[in-house]
Amino acid sequence: MNSFDYVRPATIPDAISAAAETGAVYLAAGTNLLDLMKGGIARPNRLVDITRLPGLDRIEHLSDGGVRIGALVRNADLAHDQEFAQSYPAVAEALLSGASAQLRNAATVAGNLLQRTRCGYFYDVASACNKRQPGAGCDARGGENRLHAILGWSDACIATHPSDFCVPLVALDAVVEIEGRNGRRDIALEEFHRLPGDTPERENALEPGDLVVAVRLPGEARTFSGHARYLKVRERTSYAFAVVSAAAALRIGDGVIRDARLALGGVAAKPWRARSAEAALAGASPGPAAFRQAAQAAVADARPSGDNQFKIELAQRIVERALALAASDAPERIPALPASPFSSVRGVFHDV
Amino acid sequence: MSLSLSLTVNGAVRTIALDDPRVTLLDLLRERLQLTGTKKGCDRGQCGACTVLVDGRRINSCLALAVSHDGADVLTIEGVARGDALHPVQAAFIAHDGFQCGFCTPGQIMSAIGLIREAQAGDDPERIREGMSGNLCRCGAYSGITAAVLEAQKSFVQADRRQAA
Repeated sequence: MNSFDYVRPATIPDAISAAAETGAVYLAAGTNLLDLMKGGIARPNRLVDITRLPGLDRIEHLSDGGVRIGALVRNADLAHDQEFAQSYPAVAEALLSGASAQLRNAATVAGNLLQRTRCGYFYDVASACNKRQPGAGCDARGGENRLHAILGWSDACIATHPSDFCVPLVALDAVVEIEGRNGRRDIALEEFHRLPGDTPERENALEPGDLVVAVRLPGEARTFSGHARYLKVRERTSYAFAVVSAAAALRIGDGVIRDARLALGGVAAKPWRARSAEAALAGASPGPAAFRQAAQAAVADARPSGDNQFKIELAQRIVERALALAASDAPERIPALPASPFSSVRGVFHDV
Repeated sequence: MSLSLSLTVNGAVRTIALDDPRVTLLDLLRERLQLTGTKKGCDRGQCGACTVLVDGRRINSCLALAVSHDGADVLTIEGVARGDALHPVQAAFIAHDGFQCGFCTPGQIMSAIGLIREAQAGDDPERIREGMSGNLCRCGAYSGITAAVLEAQKSFVQADRRQAA
């Protein structure tokens, strides 16, 4: 790990000015940052510790039915907040399907948004990586790339964003609250992460010094609470990143889908909102035919970036299954194996 | 840069002067406070051998910067027994052969104590296995570990009932 200066500001304005300088980064729990620093992938010259900043660790249920989640709320605390889990079950399930209990106890909401890709070539400093070193090339192309992107990738970068949490959030129109040198602004989560294009090193909309202070869900997000699920295929059932995941949320009335929300994880450099699939579902009768059509729409633009053609078929199957699970009644509590297609919930079949 | 921090470690207040902010909580415990029960396995948050309780919650101490935890209350494996009386989770690990080589055991036990405090798994073996998935055991003692956590969980529930009565 390189040496760095450590500062612990007491106010948000002080934090922003300390972090606006070149080479400075924010430190919250550090569960991703310290790992990157130990590997020499991140080499900041200043850590601005934001863990003592006031007012960033609250979950506020708003009068319009929405919720405002402070940037420093820990993943486990959010997932186990009873009102939150009942109102946004797919978000809670996604949180509990990620990482391990120890990491969820530490990792923060904003840190989840800002975590870096787990592409092995990004992590290996002996490999060429345009994201780590612009212009260096991409060893993932032509390398071990069966887990890489199938949507929105470019010749410069085929890495995926690893978050589970962001997938239902983007489906439910989450908004990111940012405080910066020019005051406060909101950005839709869908616009927060960037696709790689020719500049894969630019991963999000943040400018120097910008601090994510909260994530908000609008009141409408709660109207999907009866029919929302997150489903995640992993190479082992627990403590693994998604090969492909999907968040599905439906509003059903009189036997018809009134509104649908769908997003995919593990497929692109950002949580991938599948709006054409949502359009295909609106007004349809919930059932296998509609779910298949939506799944096909969700991957219509997908193409393999390497040895990962299988992820396109897998994504379709996961979307169909997530929609079918969402259409049935939501489980009374989060399953023992959160988001697993091999869930041990009674009555759910186990074959994929 | 000189950094001073104060931690309560296993009930005792410890004030430490650091000459470098890079020290993790794990290295602080092992190298500065000579509490080597907490193990360094992967040092990257993947194996769980370094699990300790910070303010009552289990975390990976290898991914925690020590200076950032100034003022925290830390419980390590050295602090769980009462004199010669083992902690119920320690006793359950022995009773159920929840280990072989023992390297991962301090982390397993601290993680199990954290899991029971979280009160999410109850007596469901599937939820216990899921809740313990952040602790790897290269010897593969998982079935003994699950049995041990299950028994310890039950003894905690009984102790709570006795206290309530």
